[in-house]
Amino acid sequence: MSTGAKRSRRGRSLLGALFVLIALVLLAWLATLLFRGGGDAAATLPGTPSDAQVKQGEYLARAGDCFACHTAPGGKPFAGGLPLASPIGTIYSSNITPDPRTGIGDYSYGEFERALRRGISRDGHTLYPAMPYPSYARVSDQDVQALYAYFMHGVAPVQQADRSADIPWPLSLRWPLAYWRWLFAPGVPPAGAAPPQDPVLARGAYLVEGLGHCGACHTPRALTLQEKALSDHDGKIYLSGGSSDQWVVPSLRGELASGLGSVSEAELVALLKTGRSERGAVFGGMADVIQHSTQYLNDDDLTAIAHYLKSLAPLRQEAAVSYDLATHKALRDGDVAATGAQLYVDNCATCHRTDGQGYGQVYPALAGNPMVNGRDPGSLIRLVLQGGTMPSGPGAPMQFSMPPFDARLSDRQVADLLGFVRSSWGNRGGAVGAEQVRELRGKVTAGKAGMTAYDPRSR
Amino acid sequence: MTRMKPVDAVIVGFGWTGAIMGMELTETGLDVLALERGSYQDTSPDWVYPNIADELAYGIRGKLFQSLARETVTVRHAVGEAAVPYRQYGSFLLGTNVGGAGTHWNGQHYRPSPEDLEFRSHIAKRYGEKFMPADMQIQDYGVSYDELEPFLDQFEYVCGTSGRAGNLDGKLMDGGNPFEGVRKRGYPNPPVADTHSARLFADAAKALGHKPFPQPASNASRPYTNPYGVRLGPCNLCGYCERFGCFMYSKASPQTTILPVLMRRKNFSLRTGSHVTRINLDSTGKRATGVTYIDAQGQQVEQPAALVIVAAFQMHNVRLMLLSGIGKPYDPATGTGVIGKNYAYQMMSSIGLFFDKDTAINPFIGAGAGGSQIVDDFNSDHFDHGPHGFIGGGYIIGGQTGGRPIQQLAVPPGTPAWGAAWKRAAKDSYLHTTFVGTHGSVMAYRDRYLDLDPTYKDAFGQPLLRITFDWHDNEYKMTRFVTDRALAIVEQMKPRQHSLTIRKPGDHYDIRQYQTTHTTGGVIMGTSPDTSALNRFQQSWDVHNVFVTGASAFPQNLGYNPTGLIGGLTYWSARAIRDTYLKNPGPMVQT
Repeated sequence: MSTGAKRSRRGRSLLGALFVLIALVLLAWLATLLFRGGGDAAATLPGTPSDAQVKQGEYLARAGDCFACHTAPGGKPFAGGLPLASPIGTIYSSNITPDPRTGIGDYSYGEFERALRRGISRDGHTLYPAMPYPSYARVSDQDVQALYAYFMHGVAPVQQADRSADIPWPLSLRWPLAYWRWLFAPGVPPAGAAPPQDPVLARGAYLVEGLGHCGACHTPRALTLQEKALSDHDGKIYLSGGSSDQWVVPSLRGELASGLGSVSEAELVALLKTGRSERGAVFGGMADVIQHSTQYLNDDDLTAIAHYLKSLAPLRQEAAVSYDLATHKALRDGDVAATGAQLYVDNCATCHRTDGQGYGQVYPALAGNPMVNGRDPGSLIRLVLQGGTMPSGPGAPMQFSMPPFDARLSDRQVADLLGFVRSSWGNRGGAVGAEQVRELRGKVTAGKAGMTAYDPRSR
Repeated sequence: MTRMKPVDAVIVGFGWTGAIMGMELTETGLDVLALERGSYQDTSPDWVYPNIADELAYGIRGKLFQSLARETVTVRHAVGEAAVPYRQYGSFLLGTNVGGAGTHWNGQHYRPSPEDLEFRSHIAKRYGEKFMPADMQIQDYGVSYDELEPFLDQFEYVCGTSGRAGNLDGKLMDGGNPFEGVRKRGYPNPPVADTHSARLFADAAKALGHKPFPQPASNASRPYTNPYGVRLGPCNLCGYCERFGCFMYSKASPQTTILPVLMRRKNFSLRTGSHVTRINLDSTGKRATGVTYIDAQGQQVEQPAALVIVAAFQMHNVRLMLLSGIGKPYDPATGTGVIGKNYAYQMMSSIGLFFDKDTAINPFIGAGAGGSQIVDDFNSDHFDHGPHGFIGGGYIIGGQTGGRPIQQLAVPPGTPAWGAAWKRAAKDSYLHTTFVGTHGSVMAYRDRYLDLDPTYKDAFGQPLLRITFDWHDNEYKMTRFVTDRALAIVEQMKPRQHSLTIRKPGDHYDIRQYQTTHTTGGVIMGTSPDTSALNRFQQSWDVHNVFVTGASAFPQNLGYNPTGLIGGLTYWSARAIRDTYLKNPGPMVQT
């Protein structure tokens, strides 16, 4: 056989493989055109919605925290444009005001429903899963209708064209996303599915798994980026802690040291309502969630959420943290021999105290704090580097700030300091490596002392 | 000139009284605008730990103070002398920016004694008219302690004042001030823990038969949520209070007590960088039409308003009234006229106590106002002045506000001012040194007043305010009397050595020495338009829609720190505006 024939045969088979591949891709693409997903894009709602329905929709929009992603910093409410980092490039949230040209003013109810619960845009392509439609799938018809009423009648239209994503071809092709959706996004459950016995628990589950989309940050994600579980029924991995935007997000399950095992239902309600409690305070991404979402929820719904979260069995079996007096006694006696102790006294003790107990609703306790007892100290490191500001809530207008320490402490010092905090007063978080501090310092922006939401300089 | 959309009420200056008025007036639904010449500032990002504990930047170079290069006052000792500008901070500290001096005070939070508010009547009744020197022109406020009590209380609860009641509903309470007026309820917070030096002082005072009590302090002794729902942090006794913003959120200021609620109100707005130069009047001169200010770009702006609240610092209030031509300027030759009348100050004495090394004072533990002990036996008219031939008095304080390295490091008398010997003395003394001081009243006199300077102008070309002030014999006698009692306590405390700073007859008022920022008078309140600028509701007698808040309303200065009375008077005035004035705008006291 001549080498020429060999070459041509190999060429033919390569060509054949390419042809098959193209055919498959074409078929795959055609399939996404053929299977347009569920729901009825043509569905409409009769008549004009009542004021009560619009108001209810506003409440639900708060519960879903639509504002957080669909409003850019300093931008008009719901006009979109917020950049969202994704592994394949930056995408920008869309305008969901009722402007007919640039927003969703022309959407039928059916089109709105398909986008919200099924992740399918008006023109049939699949939404990037930054939109948490896998969670929203379980929102009830009634609530979707109220949301539609609100977005059509309760939101001021803003003319602002959507910005297209900064994603290079071929990653920018949208139709392959349909396969992600088919694989990972659940269908909309049929209406009237039997609720569990406890109505408070059921309400809590509905809010947490549905509009609240808590799992988006609190549930770990697979390599293919879907949440590993969308409900407690899928397993204990649900809400067992995740990561988001360089934050390590804690477990919301019943782990005794690093989860909510040591946090009471009442304390959870206080945290969701005002961002603070007698023992704790929220920071990082959760501060925004409280500012824009949970502070607006009524006490019944907050109690239901807390009740449901407290029902989640721990993924990891942990012993409870019990307070150990030794650290306090040593610091009181001026004994700062422990690594990081002097740094703690100089930088932290003025607010968090040498007994690690802080001050209720002002400076959170570090002793027994679940964040301090987690496996990965990433969020603590980031908090120390960048500082943080509490959100406000009903009856809690004061927003306390923790200063940034990045300009003051070296990587080694941050590591030593947090190692001390994570192993004092009974805490069992353990040591922190300077390498992790160095790495995170390179990824996050420089610390800037926080401002309150009403500070005119923040606008 | 730009003309802005009219508002219901405009507030000039956004410190303590501006914030209180903003809160009270927005509650009625009025559209309220505050104009502040400085910029916005808040605990974070402006006063964060540890950056705020920079004594050079804040204590010495005055980062929170008004720039004297742009605007200051001129000072002279007597009529007929040429006044010169106050070019470096010394005697008193002028605030600027949102929160004003309310951000860099120590937190001493006193009520006046009941007789302070009716001082002239009280003195005349007890000692006779002749007891007062001929040129002393003290007056009554026109509002009584009992009328003011609910408003003094209201301000204490907003601030989270920490203290121990001495007279609870007529019942004298152990450990409180036995000389205070009746209070209807106790302080919202228990006293801040005593420093060691305050305990030494209190023990000595008790041994001499005095009744010491913890100084009432708006440095919260514990986390506290005020009636507006605003939470304050607890004081940690860091000692960086006066001249500094508080990083612990524990010293009461507009930022830590009022702004978190007021700033979010839809009917309230704040414009910073807005320096008011004039209150505008209609053609009759009897009604204000709003104000004119210069904005951050240097443009003149007219802001129409139905109600004008003049809420800047005492000196600025006086100057604005003079520049606007409201009320007749005071004339010391005839004693007539009201604007600028009865400027007063306070007179302090200070005793440094140097102990041996076995007495650990640890002066870095200080809480501004908290942690000190007070003897009030020789203040106001708490004792018979008959044999002593003077009026007024002061409290005696034991303890330290902090132990900052530059301004609060004392060395024993006789130590060289620099070099190795000074260093050695500073090192040896620092941990073992404390203070006892007296904080005394200054009466009002015919020849002590404020007017516009004929020579010096500010950065906008407007004349500066001129202070004509010096001590009178009454005050030399007062300070000698109270300081002698303080020295007796000091002797009982048995320090190794002590130093004394006191103003003696022949000493002139020295603008270089810090005493207090408690300057008063110039737009005083009272019972008659012939003798005061404001009626008992702090309403201008001449222009009924102008109200003037702050210590400019004090007819003479008292022996206490003024902030408690300033806050109480502002709430009192606001109540009158809300209940009476807004329903029927016009003079609330008929002449």
